[in-house]
Amino acid sequence: MSMRGASRWWIPAAVVALACSLLLGVMIGPAGPTWWRVPLELLNRLPFLSFDSGLTETQWAIVWQIRAPRVVLAAFVGSTLSIAGASYQGVFRNPLVDPYLLGVAAGAGLGATIVITVNRSGTSSWIIDPLPLIAFGGGLIAVLVTYLVGTTGRGERSSISLVLAGVAVTSLATAAQTFMLQRNSDVIRQVYSWILGRLSSATWSDVRLVLPYVAFSTIVLMLHRRLLDVLRVGDEEATALGVNVSRVRLVVVIAATLGTASVVAVSGLIGFVGIIVPHAVRLVVGTSYRLVLPISLLFGAAFLILADIPGRVLDNPAETPIGVVTAFLGAPFFLLILRTRKNER
Amino acid sequence: MTSLAFDQVRVDYAKRTAVASFTDTVKPGEWLCIIGPNGAGKSSLLRAIAGVVPHSGRILVDGSSLAARSSRRRAQLMAYVPQSPVLPSGMTGAEYVLLGRNPFVTHFGRESELDHSMVDDVIERLDLTGFATRDVDTLSGGERQRLVIARAIAQEAPILLLDEPTAALDIGHQQQALELVDTLRLEHGLTVVSSMHDLTLAGIYSDRLVLIHEGHTVASGMAREVLNASVLAEFYGANVRVHHEDDGTIVVVPSKREVLK
Repeated sequence: MSMRGASRWWIPAAVVALACSLLLGVMIGPAGPTWWRVPLELLNRLPFLSFDSGLTETQWAIVWQIRAPRVVLAAFVGSTLSIAGASYQGVFRNPLVDPYLLGVAAGAGLGATIVITVNRSGTSSWIIDPLPLIAFGGGLIAVLVTYLVGTTGRGERSSISLVLAGVAVTSLATAAQTFMLQRNSDVIRQVYSWILGRLSSATWSDVRLVLPYVAFSTIVLMLHRRLLDVLRVGDEEATALGVNVSRVRLVVVIAATLGTASVVAVSGLIGFVGIIVPHAVRLVVGTSYRLVLPISLLFGAAFLILADIPGRVLDNPAETPIGVVTAFLGAPFFLLILRTRKNER
Repeated sequence: MTSLAFDQVRVDYAKRTAVASFTDTVKPGEWLCIIGPNGAGKSSLLRAIAGVVPHSGRILVDGSSLAARSSRRRAQLMAYVPQSPVLPSGMTGAEYVLLGRNPFVTHFGRESELDHSMVDDVIERLDLTGFATRDVDTLSGGERQRLVIARAIAQEAPILLLDEPTAALDIGHQQQALELVDTLRLEHGLTVVSSMHDLTLAGIYSDRLVLIHEGHTVASGMAREVLNASVLAEFYGANVRVHHEDDGTIVVVPSKREVLK
C-alpha cells in the first residue's frame, strides 16, 4: 500500500528539518559570536568530544541563556499550535478552523489585558509573573463557557453549535477587552504588543512553565490520530464503527486547548500557524491524520523557529512581532502551495 | 448465524415520532427488507438499530439486549451502510476499507498485520484491487458503493444493515450490489436488514418484506403477500400493476392514470 511505502520518509525528513532549524536558530542573532563557532562549541559540550570553538563565557551565555530558550520555546509554540490546529480541524471536520476557534485567544487576551490594566507595575516585584497564569486561566475559562453553552445540541448539530458558541464567547471577550482598553488608553501599546505575540523575552523558566502542558497535549493528541481518521466519515458513521464520538471530541478539545492556552500565555497570539502548517502538510503528505499530526508537529516547530529569525535580525533592536512575521511569511507560502497543487491535478 | 429481535422499538425526534412501535424477529441468516413511502421511518429504524440515534424499546441480538453494549461492542455485531455514506476526499480505497476494522482496534492502538491482510483479502475478493491505492474521490457511484460494502464486510459483523444500498445506482449496478450482498450473505451466513425503494428488487432479493407507514408496521410477509396493488395504492398513493412471473418473481409496474379508467 502506498501509505506504508513512500510516507515512511516524511518523518525522518521532518526531523532533519527541525534539527537544522534548531541549529540555525542558535547560530543567528544580532549580538554574540560568529555563526560557525556555535556548532563547534555545541559539539565541544558533548561528552568525549573536544573542539576549540574560541567562544568566550559571555558569548556562550548569549547562545545558551538568550538564544536557546527562545528557540526551544518557538519550537514548543509552533508544534503545539500546529498539532492543536490539525486536531481541531479533525474533530470539527472543518478545514478553516484554527486552535483559537473556541475562544482561547480572546479569553487569554482578556486575562492579559486585565493584568496589564489593573496593575502591571505592582506585579513586577512578585516572585511569579501573574500575566501568563491569568492569560492561561482566561483562555481556559473562555473555552469552558463555550463548551457549556455549545453542547446542548446532539450529534452533528453539537459541533456546529459549539463553533457558534465559540464565536459568541470570542466576541464577548473581545468586547470586554476593548471596553477596558478604552478606559485605560495608556496601556494600549503594552496590550497590543502582547497580542501581536513575542518570543523575545523567553527564558528557560518560560520553557519549564509550558513544558508539562505541551507534553500532555502532544501525547494525548498523538494517541488520537487514528481515531481522527475514523471521525472523517462523520459522527453517525463513526458511531456505527464503534467510536464514542462525543467523548473523543471532548478529550481532543481539552488536550488541544490546554496546549494552546499554555503557549498563548507565554508567547501571545501568534496567528496563522495553526491553519497554515497543517494545510501545507496535508497538501504534501496527504490527508491521513496519522501522518498529518506528527509531521505538523515537527514542521510547525521548524516553521516558527525560522519565522522568528528575521524578526530579531531585521528590525534590531525594535524587533518585529512574530505574529506579523508569521502572517507575512505564511499567507504567500500558503497561496504558493495551493497554486502548485492545483496545476498538478 | 445471528438472530435479531425488536420489541416495541420507538424512535422519537425533537418534534415528531419517526418509528412508533416496531416489533419483529429476524431469523439467523434471513434478509429482511423494510419498505414504505418516503418519511415512513425506514432510515430511522435502521439508524436506531445501528445505535446512531437513541431509541426506546428493546433490540436483542441472539436474545441479549443491545442497550448495555458499548458502541464498540455493537459495531462488532453489526455493520451499517448508510444511505449516503461519507467517503473522505484524499483517503485511498484501502484506507477506507481499513476503517471497518475500527471495532477491533483498541482505543489508542493501531491496526495489526492481521487487520491489514484481512482488508487486502476483502479488497481482492470484491474485485476492488484497482481502487486500493486510488483516492476515493475519483471513483464512480457504483465503485464507491462497492467500497462501502467492502468496509462493512471488513467489519466481520454477523449482522449487516443497509439503508437504501441501491439508491444512487443504475439498474446494472443495483443488480451488482445486491448480488454481492446476497453472495456474501450466503458465504458468511450474514443476517441482513435493509431498506429499499425499488419494490421489485426488494421482492427478488429479500426473504421477507415489512411495509411501514408513518412509523407503524402495516404489512409483513413474503413478497407475494405484501406486494399487491391495493396495499401499495393505500400506503404509497401509487397506481401500480403487480405481475406474477412464472418463476415466482413479483414485478411492480407503475401505470399511468388513464390505464385505470
